[in-house]
Formats: sequence, structure tokens, C-alpha cells
Amino acid sequence: MTSELMEGSGAIAEAMIAAGCRFFAGYPMTPFTEVLEHMAKRLPVVGGACVNAESELEAIGMAWGAAATGTRAATGSTGQGLSLMQESIAEAAMAHLPLVILNMARAQGDYFQATRGGGHGDYRTPVLAPMDVAEATQLAQLAFHIADTWRNPVVFFGDYYLAHTYQSVDIQPIDFGPVPAKDWALDGSSSGSGRAKLVSPLGDTKQRDNVGYDLSDYYMRAAAKTTAMIEGLDRLVDIGHCDDADLVVVAFGTAGKYVRYAVDQLRAEGHRVGYVRPISLFPFPDAALRDAATGAKLVAVYENNQGQMIDDVRLSLEGAVPVRFIGGLSLDSSGFGIAPDFDVEVLRRRIDAVLTDLGGTP
Amino acid sequence: MSGLRVERVEGLRVLSTREAPADARLVDDFTPSLIDVGAHHLCPGCGEPIAMRSVLEIIEELGVINRAIGIFGIGCYTGFSNNLDCEVLQALHGRAPSLATGVKRAKPDTVVFTIQGDGDMVNEGLQEVIHTAARGERVTCIMLNNGVFGETGGHITATTVLGQRTKNTLEGRDGREHGYPIRLSNMLADLEGVAFVGRCAVNSAGNVARTRKMIQRAFEAQLNDEGFSFVEILTMCPTGWFIETQEAPEYLTDKLAATHTLGVVKDIAAR
Repeated sequence: MTSELMEGSGAIAEAMIAAGCRFFAGYPMTPFTEVLEHMAKRLPVVGGACVNAESELEAIGMAWGAAATGTRAATGSTGQGLSLMQESIAEAAMAHLPLVILNMARAQGDYFQATRGGGHGDYRTPVLAPMDVAEATQLAQLAFHIADTWRNPVVFFGDYYLAHTYQSVDIQPIDFGPVPAKDWALDGSSSGSGRAKLVSPLGDTKQRDNVGYDLSDYYMRAAAKTTAMIEGLDRLVDIGHCDDADLVVVAFGTAGKYVRYAVDQLRAEGHRVGYVRPISLFPFPDAALRDAATGAKLVAVYENNQGQMIDDVRLSLEGAVPVRFIGGLSLDSSGFGIAPDFDVEVLRRRIDAVLTDLGGTP
Repeated sequence: MSGLRVERVEGLRVLSTREAPADARLVDDFTPSLIDVGAHHLCPGCGEPIAMRSVLEIIEELGVINRAIGIFGIGCYTGFSNNLDCEVLQALHGRAPSLATGVKRAKPDTVVFTIQGDGDMVNEGLQEVIHTAARGERVTCIMLNNGVFGETGGHITATTVLGQRTKNTLEGRDGREHGYPIRLSNMLADLEGVAFVGRCAVNSAGNVARTRKMIQRAFEAQLNDEGFSFVEILTMCPTGWFIETQEAPEYLTDKLAATHTLGVVKDIAAR
């Protein structure tokens, strides 16, 4: 057990390698670039491969190919690059490929892109959003476990802060338990055996069995698998001070860490305020949020965008508690780097204003 | 599993224009062992089954069956992706070369090939094959070039020859209006990572024999770690060309091959 001061990008890379990731492909784009740098440097050392793809389209194609061989594979980008990858994410989900996709987002405006997906068809991707580097090193590993367990692409949602913050971390492989054997994976060995394998978004049945592709049948089975995944996945959430709270503040990712700190301070000063920090953005921790908000007068949502996760908060609460948006886009001149609003004092004032409206004084 | 057994596939008609006599019997079966089901949905006169068969025969002859993985694009030939006794990874339209790259890098001992049409490879996914070639990936890309989007019913592709009539170039492809055909083999041959490029056709017995030789050389380039290898196979598409089936082989020679010239374009072993 030795901790090392590491930049988030390097820590994420090391965590992926600790999880057994042996293939990575990417195209540079801030704030994803440094993860690619680390993987390019480190993967060949551990017997893996990293390819500098000609675009995000090919990056995910390469990861798709590697994943089809049963190799733990990942790719990533930021929102723009993820936009290019959407077609492949959708089809990789339909082909039941375990892929990990890093969305090192610019601010939090890519919440919908990550949680809804921009691809075609009736697919979903689990989304994990760490609040800091230490949590990222765990969730980056969990992402591979979920991908292998459900044979589905998984999105890891980070940001500029996560990529560039240095934090002392101790990265060890985490045992999340067994995953299903990859008896579907391709290595050529089943060719000529009479039972050659097929990995396809169009189906898994072969004409030799008098069954060709039947997209109706395949899509129905894929949908059932997706439903089972959504129901079977743990909904991860960090909750604090909510038992007797009048106000519950919801925030995720880096913003979630700032909000949590601000709420801790306000609670220490006697305010009846709690926080909920969704860690799995999909599936959303709806029941946990509903429980945490029971008895509260208001749920406030902070996010660095004009209001995206707030939809999931409202869907979770089903009208049981009023919801107010206290977030808003906050950017530096780059459009994605430092958010001036990520400041405990600023967030305290926003939360304070809501508490004042609620008539809540300590 | 030759044509005499197609009755086992429900809903398919025997491709022959006349019924087999009642006393017909199977005297031999030339179906390559890597083809599960010989019957297919492709049109009479289509060249793609001949090309597909040639690829599978060479894989078998080279003794690399149990290392072979085929990556399929989207086109008429996609129908073969689920009737081969060869591992298949189905790609998106245009994206087979990047998948092939991932497979080969993750499992370097595999023998990896892509099957793509001209629409898939030259229209949708041109940058994929160019970069895969430039990286010198040890994979073999096979393009089935019939100069038309066959699956959609006969539309212009990037390789359609000048003057060719398609559903969206009714008066024939006009270079000034619709652009000029891309000769992909010639483009790829210039790249350093490329070991072998050949353009061949399946419209005659002699050309099929030459096609087989090029496919063999292409796979050998992969097996010998020489670099990227590429075979462009001109295939007949009488349906998409809007001509009689029996005219297609001649049409291929007169039109398609007049622009996309047959022959070995590059072979580093020949130097």
C-alpha cells in the first residue's frame, strides 16, 4: 500500500491497466488527451497495444475490434469526439460488446449525451461519474467489470478537473467478483470447426441452423437483455445529512464534491440541509433520491449546464417534492476549463438563498 | 451442400432457370468447407459469391482456417456473414478496417481480412482503409467492386465509371456533374505501409484463377509480416447495372475494367 501523487489522467490510465485493460485507441482532444498519452506510454510495457487513431470514428472501431477478441478495451474523447462515436456506441451495444468509453467532458453540458446517448436504436449505456481522482481510480475499474458482466458499452464520465487535478492515490486491482466467461470472443479458433462464432449487431443466429438474421427476434432479445441490465445494475449514490433535511441539494461529478463540501459546512452551522450525489448517472439512483428527499420541502439541483440532470431528478421524485434549479453554465474563456462557480462560497450563497426562501434559519 | 440441397432453405428458389430432373443426383460437391450454406439471396449473375468463395478457398488452402477472422462491411455480401464456417465480426458500413486493426493488434496471431464493397470502402469508409494501409496493419482488405450500390438497387458510388447509368445518374455519370471515379488500388499502392495491391475480376475462368492468385499473395503478405495487403475484385452486378444477366461479364470487361485496370498494382516482393 503506497500512495503516489498522480495527475487524474495518469491515475485513470493506471486504474484501467490495473483492471486488465490491454487495448486503447484514441484521438487527442482536451481534456482527454493526457489519458491517451499515458495509455500510449504504458500499454506496450504491460503487453497491451495503444493505437493513435486517425479520428474518433476509427478509435472506437479499433476498440470494438479488440473487445470482440475478449480483450478488455477502451477508447474515449470529449463531447465532440463522443458525438462522432455515437453510431458505433449504438451498434456495439446491439452487438453486445463490452467496451469502456471515457467521456472526459467539457463542463457538464454532455450529461444528456452520456446518459441518453446519441445513437440509433433501443440501447442504453451505464454511466459512471466520479467526483475526484481517488473515486475515478475505482470507477474506471468498475466500468470494465460492468461492461463484461452485461456485455455492453459503459461510459465513464469525467471532466477537465478530473483530468488535471493531482491527488495522492493508491491504485490496486479491485476484485468486483467473477464475470461471465467470454465464450463468444473471437480468436479464429472456431473457424472450420462447424460452429464458427459470429459477433454482429444484426444477430447471433446462423443460416446453418436454418435461422438467418431475424432482426425482429434479435432486437426483442437485445431489448430484454438491456432491461435486465438496467434492473440488475447497482445504482450508485453518495448521500449525506438527508434524514431531517428541509433542503436536499443534488449534484454530480466534480460539482458534486464542491456541493458536498458546502453542505457539510452549512450542516455544521445548523442548517437542515443534505446532499445527494448520483455516482451512476445511468441507471439513475431514483429510489435512493426519493427516499432521501422524503420529508424535505425542496430539492435543489446544481449542475454546470442549463439544466439536464434536473430532468432525472424530477423523474425520480415523480412530483413528490418541488424541484428548483440552482445551477447554470460556468466557464472560463476556453469554454471548458475552470468553472468560476466551482467555489464553495459561491455554492454556499446559492444554497443559502434557497434556505432563506424556505424560512430555514438555524 | 450444392444447389441440389437448397430446398432445405425455406422460401428460396433454386437459382437455375430450369428444375433439376427427378433422377438428378449429387455427383460431387465443390462447396468450400468454410461455407455452411451454399444457397444465398444474391441475384443471378452476381459476382460476389465467386469472390467470397475464392477468399474462403485460399484461407483453406493456406492452412490458416483456425486463425481466420473475417470482418464484414454492409452490402449485399453481408448476407454471407451468417452462413460461413469462419469467425465473423460484423462492422458498421465503412468501418471494417478499424475493427480489423483492433482485432489484429489485440490478437496478432490471427489472420484477419475484411470484406467490403466499393460503397462501403470507397464512399463511407475511405479514410479507414487509407489509414489502415498507411499504418501497414498486418491485415488483408478485400474490396468487392461492382461500381454501384447494389443493395440499394443501383446507385452511384465513388467507383462508378463515367457514363454509367444509375438510379441517381439517369443520363450516366458525368464527371463535371458527379465527380470522377476513385481508383482506390492505385491510391493505396503509393503508401509505404502497403505490401501488396492487386486488382482482379471474377467474370471469366481465367480471371477467377488470377483472382485466386492475388488473394493468396495478399494473405501471404500478411502471414509473412510484410505489411498491409489489398485485393480489389471487380464483380458483376447485372441488377445494379440494369443489363441482362448474361451480358454482365462482358460489360465488366468493357466498362468497369476499362477504368479500373486489372493487374498487380504493387508487390514489394517483386522488387
